Amino acid sequence: MIRLEHVTKTFKTKDGDVHAVKDVSIHVRQGMIYGIIGFSGAGKSTLVRCINLLERPDEGKVIFDGEDLMEASPSALRKARQKMGMIFQHFNLLPALTIYDNIALPLKMQKVPKAEIDRKVMELLELIDLVERKDSYPSQLSGGQKQRVAIARALVNDPKVLLCDEATSALDPQTTQTILRLIKRINKERGITVVVITHEMFVVKEICDRVAVMDSGRVVEKGDIVPIFIHPVEEMTKNFIATASNSNKVDEFIKAKHPLTQLNSNQQLARLQYDQNNTAEAMISHISRMFDVDCSIIFGNVEILQDAPIGTLTVIFTGQDDRIRKSIDYLRQSGVEVEVIKRGHID
Amino acid sequence: MDTLTNIIPNVIERADMFPQAIMDTLMMLTVTGVVSFLIGLPIAVIVVITKPEGICPNRIVFWILDKIINLFRAIPFVILIPLMVGVTRFFFHTTIGIKSAFVPLIVGTVPFVARQMESAMEEIPGGIVEASISMGMTPWQIIKNVYLKQNIPGMIRGMTITLIAVIGQIAIVGTVGAGGLGDLAIRFGWQRQMTDVTYVVLILLLIIISVIQFLGDWLVRKTTH
Repeated sequence: MIRLEHVTKTFKTKDGDVHAVKDVSIHVRQGMIYGIIGFSGAGKSTLVRCINLLERPDEGKVIFDGEDLMEASPSALRKARQKMGMIFQHFNLLPALTIYDNIALPLKMQKVPKAEIDRKVMELLELIDLVERKDSYPSQLSGGQKQRVAIARALVNDPKVLLCDEATSALDPQTTQTILRLIKRINKERGITVVVITHEMFVVKEICDRVAVMDSGRVVEKGDIVPIFIHPVEEMTKNFIATASNSNKVDEFIKAKHPLTQLNSNQQLARLQYDQNNTAEAMISHISRMFDVDCSIIFGNVEILQDAPIGTLTVIFTGQDDRIRKSIDYLRQSGVEVEVIKRGHID
Repeated sequence: MDTLTNIIPNVIERADMFPQAIMDTLMMLTVTGVVSFLIGLPIAVIVVITKPEGICPNRIVFWILDKIINLFRAIPFVILIPLMVGVTRFFFHTTIGIKSAFVPLIVGTVPFVARQMESAMEEIPGGIVEASISMGMTPWQIIKNVYLKQNIPGMIRGMTITLIAVIGQIAIVGTVGAGGLGDLAIRFGWQRQMTDVTYVVLILLLIIISVIQFLGDWLVRKTTH
């Protein structure tokens, strides 16, 4: 649906060139929710603006629905933009227009007949559950309501793609959930491809199928969400995942010499990771029976990624060395990932 | 009546001159306001869209307009009056009377209006323009639907400030024979030291300014959502 090939964008400023996007290639397939995550200044907002050419890349290709937008005429580009709805962090509703007129605006610009506009707008007001506020002005709505109106406005053209630029960053956690659920629903029910820009890993975790991690203008890691969450390669990716769960909390505890992580010589601290095919909790009771190793759980965390559980347990094994080794082997054979973080007798 | 004759004798004596003077002032105010708005607004639009970060960036057009506005804003109004004599004569074949005031008034006010309208349009968040581009609007549609419509309260505020400034300039053109309240204050109040005329003119101007301000504020409230 969207293919960016070697896209580069440099801003010239007084203090020299800023390489906002450096040689980025991504492919967003039809029907997926694609997340682009990065800290502020990583270039993700510039990258999403390259998709609808709000920013024209200096180099590279932007292919949307088989058409290279870099080569498109101004009117062809406008046509393409109408097929890409966009929502923003600060909603960007027109303050002098009512909710109804805001949603109707893109169609009015195309001189769509009034009756059809009305049908479309009412249907979308229904979808965002704001029918009774249609004559209000944006300033009279809450942040979440404004974003819902912005989503309706973005959908009124029946776009193929919805671009979300930090769409939930100005909202409270509960409203964020509502908006994310709405985006996911739109993706599922209408088959609209979604690109989500965010600096929050939990947004990616909630709705994305694939993710690209950006750092200083480059995509440092990309892939399907489950493998990325289980086996992050880059430090940046690990950092982001750490922000979305407390399974790495134990590392801080070890550094701080927290009592929980003070081990006896017959103890080992390990992190277990499992998915829906092998639930570690059940195996832990096997281990204690089969190998005479005690297993106490100090942290537990279950993520639901694409409707499947990914569990992380931080446990302390207590028992003889070779028995602990056997338990670990047993767990690994059953498909549980085991990472020994700390051994009692070494410290 | 007798008391009034005692307090403002010269005003009562020349009472018949006041209605005409008020009419002249209002006439100059209206014409200057309307014409300057009609010329200043398009200039402001062109400045806003041709800025480097605007929707149709054009360095040359922007630079020229920006400099012309600054130039005319820099000329003190009393100097603008003699400067414009040639133009005035060309258009109206006269350099005295109410018509003669229009050229300097308008030339002096257009850049002022342009700057006021420009800053009103600049108050519209860039994100709204960005959103409009992202929905596939043409530059012309963005001008019509965003720049000209999304900060009407700001534009009204700008016009209120403009009209009040124009009142001051109308008083100045009075000195060169354009008529109006300023003319009365200068000719009688100042040159013949009829202080009561000055005071009454002042009160009348205050009333006009208050009415403009009141209407402006009311319209701003009406158009703010």
